[in-house]
Amino acid sequence: MNDLIESFTQAYGPSGHEDQVREVIRKAVAPHCDRTETDALGNLICYRQGSGETATRKRVMLAGHMDEIGIIVTHIDEKGFLRFAPVGGMPPAVLLGQRVVFADGQVGAIGSERIDDPKDLKHEKMFIDIGATSRDEARRHVEVGDVATYQRPLSAMGGLLSSKSMDDRIGCVVVAETLRRLKNCPHDVYAVFTTQEEVGLRGAKTAAYGVDPQFGLAYDVCPVGDTPKAQSILNTALGAGAAIKAKDNSVIVPPKVKNMLVRTAEAAGIKYQLEVLAAGGTDTGAIQLTKSGVFAGCISIPTRYIHTPVETVMLSDVEACVQLSVRVLAGPIEV
Amino acid sequence: MGLTDYMQSLSEIRGVSGHEGLVRAKLRELLAGHVDQMESDTIGNLYAYAKSNGKTAGPKVMLAAHMDEVGFLVTGADKDGMVHFANVGGVDAKVVPAKVVRIGPNAVPGVIGTKAIHRQEPDERGKPFDPKKLSIDIGATTRAEALKLVKPGDQVTWEIQYGPFGAGLVKGRALDDRIGCAVLVEVLKQAYAVPVVGVFTVQEEIGTRGAAVAANKLLPDIGICLEGTVCADIPGTEPEGQTTRIGRGPAISLMDAGTIHHPALVKHLVAVAEREGIPYQYREATRGGNDAARMSLAGAGAMACAVSIPCRYIHSPVAVASPSDFENAVRLVRAFIESIARGELKA
Repeated sequence: MNDLIESFTQAYGPSGHEDQVREVIRKAVAPHCDRTETDALGNLICYRQGSGETATRKRVMLAGHMDEIGIIVTHIDEKGFLRFAPVGGMPPAVLLGQRVVFADGQVGAIGSERIDDPKDLKHEKMFIDIGATSRDEARRHVEVGDVATYQRPLSAMGGLLSSKSMDDRIGCVVVAETLRRLKNCPHDVYAVFTTQEEVGLRGAKTAAYGVDPQFGLAYDVCPVGDTPKAQSILNTALGAGAAIKAKDNSVIVPPKVKNMLVRTAEAAGIKYQLEVLAAGGTDTGAIQLTKSGVFAGCISIPTRYIHTPVETVMLSDVEACVQLSVRVLAGPIEV
Repeated sequence: MGLTDYMQSLSEIRGVSGHEGLVRAKLRELLAGHVDQMESDTIGNLYAYAKSNGKTAGPKVMLAAHMDEVGFLVTGADKDGMVHFANVGGVDAKVVPAKVVRIGPNAVPGVIGTKAIHRQEPDERGKPFDPKKLSIDIGATTRAEALKLVKPGDQVTWEIQYGPFGAGLVKGRALDDRIGCAVLVEVLKQAYAVPVVGVFTVQEEIGTRGAAVAANKLLPDIGICLEGTVCADIPGTEPEGQTTRIGRGPAISLMDAGTIHHPALVKHLVAVAEREGIPYQYREATRGGNDAARMSLAGAGAMACAVSIPCRYIHSPVAVASPSDFENAVRLVRAFIESIARGELKA
């Protein structure tokens, strides 16, 4: 699984520009699927036929989003500096002093106009320096509309793994690893690596319409409350196992679905915790509201420092998520 | 082609969100005989099916331009005959006072007044008026008299005459998005070898509602939004904040609050513009949203993009645009669809 974590987190793929990460994921999951396809929004849809009886076989959609947050070039000035706007949640204070990388590998450093009060730091005051000295020179490497993401390799720290884009490449890893380990699944599985989640759950919306699932499971990161003076209402912690979502801003997970996930974890002795996400949504909500409604739940991977270049997870939690996911799909899904 | 021959009536016709009937009737008249078929739906969108010369294969292309404009709605009248109103769409509070308006189906004239500067306290000057304290004066002196002339629910629009001015530009009301409607009319005046449906949408300014209905009805493969967009190439705005520049050609959107415009379409628009020698610019901002969002997310999804005409001072009583940007937008969109019909789009 560590090979997947490295290759998935390091791939380039900001919202709307997921081509590179899509090919990385496609190569990893294709051997474990009957077919893969891409739709108009760029979702990677991987189908695997189930072996179960018609009575218990369900059309199941799994969703991990493959897009990552980034910044989009909006203007190139006459000295070759690039102005930008955020793609997804990119706090200005986190961006300052970072290095970013474009699709072709072009690297840039983030600078800012002189700011006297840190509260005045806004994206409009910041720029990317790519070492160009004129607009023409800059335009030989970067054009308005090009998107950059954080440049940050994967590092192990004790039992933790830290990298850019754990949100939500670690969810993609859980889905890919689930497909790899899953034998004799009774259900028709559509594993979807979705696009544009960070800008409003867009890929999952169209993918779910196309797949038309009878049951949906999203896989995404959730914040934790186990760091010094963290948000006190958060119940989650690294090392406490797979997080089973009760609610976020996009969804109230039906108790039947949540309880089914809890029962499955308990029966298999898989460590789990319950999660209520105070802010932010997930693909779960988009799947649930498809057509006349879909039973949907979410397995979350506890993650520290979400939407920074050092998103950090614990390998044992990731393993618990995979085990829970495999266990749910291996038997009848009764909700 | 020329922008001025029917742009005057498109700009001066009144059509706040939800009240697009007069715009729709005018567009039907402009398109009669030029398209295969026209129809409207329950929410009020107008669909115009371009001539196809019998060819119905290939990707279905939906074009969207919205008929509605920002403005106001009458909510009632007080005992002194002053008419109360609410905003429809994103109207800048600073531009509301001291305007002549027309109200309801009979276009009753009215004035949104201000407190004379002589009577303003020093700390009131330089601040926008609280919109809740403004009302429309229609010359009535009692509630009954006022409600004989106007009714709650009547639309209220600014009174502005359209026309060319200065060094070759035009000024007028509601150029967002009547100028996009005009682009769409011109685009629909020829036949294409792929199915092309032009949709004149309703209620864009209050949440792209008409386009949501239309896109779900048509389920297009490719969506093209035609808009009048922000153009802040005016004194006091740094180049990086200008978004678009007037006269530099149609603006191609990259990303906004509702859509990441499909990179393959954006790339192809640029390739077509360069091949045809059509000037273009990028829309250098990510705020705002338009009907492209609804097209991209309808059904199992579509590729969507937006081509916009730079319009200075949008969402105010008067906007300014360039006929050359209009003409180049028409050329670009026609050539773009023709190229798609030849199978040149690499998705």
